[in-house]
Amino acid sequence: MTTTPISPRALRWARRRQSFTRSWNAYRSQRTGMIGLVLLGAIVILALAAPLLIDQSQLSVTQATGERMAPPSAGYPLGTDEVGRSILALTLWGSRLSLLIGLTATVVAIVIGTALGVTSGHIGGWYGWVALRVSDWFMVLPSLVVAIALLAVLGRSMSTTIIVIALVSWSGTTRLVRAQTLTVQARPYLERARALGAGHWHQMSKHILPNVLPLVLASATLLVPSAILMESSLAWLGLGDPNVVSWGSILNRASNNGAVSAHAWWYLLPPGLAILLVVLAFMMCGRALEAVFNPRLRGEQG
Amino acid sequence: MTDGMPSGTTEPADGASTEAPSAGRSERRGSSGFGRYLLKHVGGAAVSLLLVLFSSFFIFRLIAGDPIDQLTKERPVTPEQREAMRAELGLDKPLWAQFVDYITGTLSGDLGSSFQFRRPIFDLIVERLPATLLLSGTGMVLAVLLGFWIGTRSGWRQGSRFDKGHVATGLLLYSAPTFWLGMIVILVFARYLGLFPVNGMRSPDTPPEFWPQAVDIGYHLVLPVLTYTAVVYAGYLMIMRSSLLDEIGSDYLTTARAKGLRDDEVRTKHAVPNALLPTVTLVFLALGGVVNGSIVTETVFSWPGLGSLFVQSIFYPDRPVLQALFVLFSSSTILAVLGAEILYWFIDPRIRRSG
Amino acid sequence: MTLLEFKDLRVTYTGSRGRLPALRGVDLTVEAGRTLGIAGESGCGKSTLAMAVLRLLPKTAEVSGEILLDGEDLLAMGWGRLRAVRWTGASIVFQGAMHSLNAVHRIGRQVAEPILVHEKGTTPAQAAKRAEALLERVGLPASRMRSYPHELSGGQRQRVMIAMALACDPQLVIADEATTALDVMVQAQVLQLISGLVTERGVGLMMISHDLSVLSSVCDEAAVMYAGRVVERGPAHEVFANARHPYSAALGAAFPVIGDPAARKNPGGLAGDPPDPVRLPEGCSFRPRCAVAVERCGEDSPELLEVGPKRVSACFVAQEGMPVVL
Repeated sequence: MTTTPISPRALRWARRRQSFTRSWNAYRSQRTGMIGLVLLGAIVILALAAPLLIDQSQLSVTQATGERMAPPSAGYPLGTDEVGRSILALTLWGSRLSLLIGLTATVVAIVIGTALGVTSGHIGGWYGWVALRVSDWFMVLPSLVVAIALLAVLGRSMSTTIIVIALVSWSGTTRLVRAQTLTVQARPYLERARALGAGHWHQMSKHILPNVLPLVLASATLLVPSAILMESSLAWLGLGDPNVVSWGSILNRASNNGAVSAHAWWYLLPPGLAILLVVLAFMMCGRALEAVFNPRLRGEQG
Repeated sequence: MTDGMPSGTTEPADGASTEAPSAGRSERRGSSGFGRYLLKHVGGAAVSLLLVLFSSFFIFRLIAGDPIDQLTKERPVTPEQREAMRAELGLDKPLWAQFVDYITGTLSGDLGSSFQFRRPIFDLIVERLPATLLLSGTGMVLAVLLGFWIGTRSGWRQGSRFDKGHVATGLLLYSAPTFWLGMIVILVFARYLGLFPVNGMRSPDTPPEFWPQAVDIGYHLVLPVLTYTAVVYAGYLMIMRSSLLDEIGSDYLTTARAKGLRDDEVRTKHAVPNALLPTVTLVFLALGGVVNGSIVTETVFSWPGLGSLFVQSIFYPDRPVLQALFVLFSSSTILAVLGAEILYWFIDPRIRRSG
Repeated sequence: MTLLEFKDLRVTYTGSRGRLPALRGVDLTVEAGRTLGIAGESGCGKSTLAMAVLRLLPKTAEVSGEILLDGEDLLAMGWGRLRAVRWTGASIVFQGAMHSLNAVHRIGRQVAEPILVHEKGTTPAQAAKRAEALLERVGLPASRMRSYPHELSGGQRQRVMIAMALACDPQLVIADEATTALDVMVQAQVLQLISGLVTERGVGLMMISHDLSVLSSVCDEAAVMYAGRVVERGPAHEVFANARHPYSAALGAAFPVIGDPAARKNPGGLAGDPPDPVRLPEGCSFRPRCAVAVERCGEDSPELLEVGPKRVSACFVAQEGMPVVL
């Protein structure tokens, strides 16, 4: 029998798989985290399956068939809106937009935040100082004010919404990643890599980035819910893309068409509860992940 | 000169003989340290404020396009009229001169004129500021008190039923969008139960004397404050809880217990003061969220404050008002953080060591 | 007269890896006005012993046996009585005084606090006066009353801890690694201060350290602990100079006496780590690291038996009268 030499690449992957299994086991032991994950899975499946469950034509204002602002009935289990569309259909389809915008904005924010965090921590000097000051500045500003101001001048569309939300969300990640980068930098193996002549790019991509990624993912899980909340607030204020249906825009129509004074609870509850559930599910997952990757919090299980 | 001395820097000389000079030294270091500390943070805040002015100029003058189009959208104007308006508003000057004009104007309180109200923005702000301060001030005080009170007890008894219940409630309220919670509160308490007014700050038929007015405003205040507090307190609860958790297991708490203090004395006299310090900055840092909350709450309840003015100005669109409020909201959070940093110097003896 | 007595004290923690025995049947006594030193590596249970006296162990710890302070069982006390005994019956000079002092309270307030807690009717002014006197007694000027802990050096903080421990005139003072974090010169000063105060006030002292040489210079009696048990006890200088347990011998050799040329040439020490409390070895728990172990050591666990005048040792080799050092 001959033993094949293990390539460094295979070794690295084996190590990563091993650390993933360890993290997963730590995550699995937390009940709230698992509840959040199941909840999230259910919501994502419903959002993906929306076209199979309810035809998109039901969202059309002109083809609406139901009575106006009618309470739940057999044909419309969650009632209808002011033009006679099914609230159930709107809420189900709204989930796609809310999730899409929340996730995309978070990804953009995370990419900006991580890039600035790693480079400012690694390169340091004037560049690092300026990057830190700018992210501090963004952290202090009231995010909704900045978002409203930008949307007011940029115009309303899905892409501007995403850009604006990302712009007000990246700063926390920069701070976190920078701190972690500084910690990793101080470790002996990075010193060894430097001594062996590793360039900045090699150090950042091969050594620092893999070390900060788990933390970044954990914090991203907590960024998604705030992005979703921000999107819903903006859409409710009327700053969302007028051509699409999101939970916030449903509630915007509800407000504008007197759903509260008409006591139309069925119009208000489904989209609002949907936002609450998604945000809650992400928060539960995020807190559990934080406990996995931040050993100081590991006592917090339950 | 000290190169040859390998030790003696980390451990100050021990013993009675060196006490007096060492005490004097540390006090001197303290006063000059505060000057440097203050300068550093005031300087940082000044740069941040300048950055706010710069970005507001950038957003509202450069991205937003020609304000003359905004001003003249309802009536046809001749090119000559346009030029006259440009000259009047100083828009014919080079960009840097416009920027200097803008900064000097803002700093001297000249915020321009509102398109929708045809009045100086400064007057509008003065008129609406009390309503905002009343709502967010009351809500903030309640949220901080409630959050800290529950947070310390929750953290002290981590994993207890009290802790689990309050963390769950807090998380639930934190997950609810503010505007939706406000709508539900109105639906339940104003529409169904009829206990409180639906919106606004006063009823038109209230006698103009002080007490009837105060009672009327207080009555209108209940639901907005309830909504606002419900959304904001959970954040404070979590902040306080986790900073108390950081203190639990500390040696000085064991000392306090060994001295024979009761459990609640150990918590209130030793753990809470230590946990409170890191919390102070976090509370002020969270002020951005407080501004967000008050904008949405004022809008839901049609509360006549600055937040609802801001939202009202989006669709007119009243850009001078948006711009002025953008600067006002942003600078208030920056100044709040500066205030927290100065306060921190006085309440935390540890910070004076590092300067 | 016996001041403090441990009778078959057992403490077990329950952790994620199961039950961890920290103390496995400890019997010790401290006579009034005398000093007992307790030595051992970290993890041997000596700090658990210190914390057990005032019942400061975490709630998860299971405690059995008796701890008699002046004849009264501390483990059977109600909370009210226990709080009254804390600091007045026995007080502790904790290790690492930086973290044992409250960083945001002034020194004066911290020293005066136990006086105000235990002596009802004392005014804050009176308590402050006494705190000042205590600080002066430990060699700190009264102006230090208004300092914060971080403004003091390590030695000064340890002096504050000592002043604080004496605030309510306890019968017993427990010093838990009180000098460990200090450099050698300061350590000597603080040790001198402690032993001076003990003689002056006639209090009992239980001094815990991993440094047997420190204990031998301060204490009347010494007990050596290993894996949650006392393995040797006797007059302190004799335990240090002429150990009757191989572990005590190794512990003594780990800290060379300054000025002793023999110690410099042959720095002792002990290979290996303390045993995992979850999986203690069969027989004598020191056997895996022992150079003189015999066959019987792997089968039976040795009891503490007399091996000389006032000397007891839990070592089969020593009990046979054989030398414990190769």
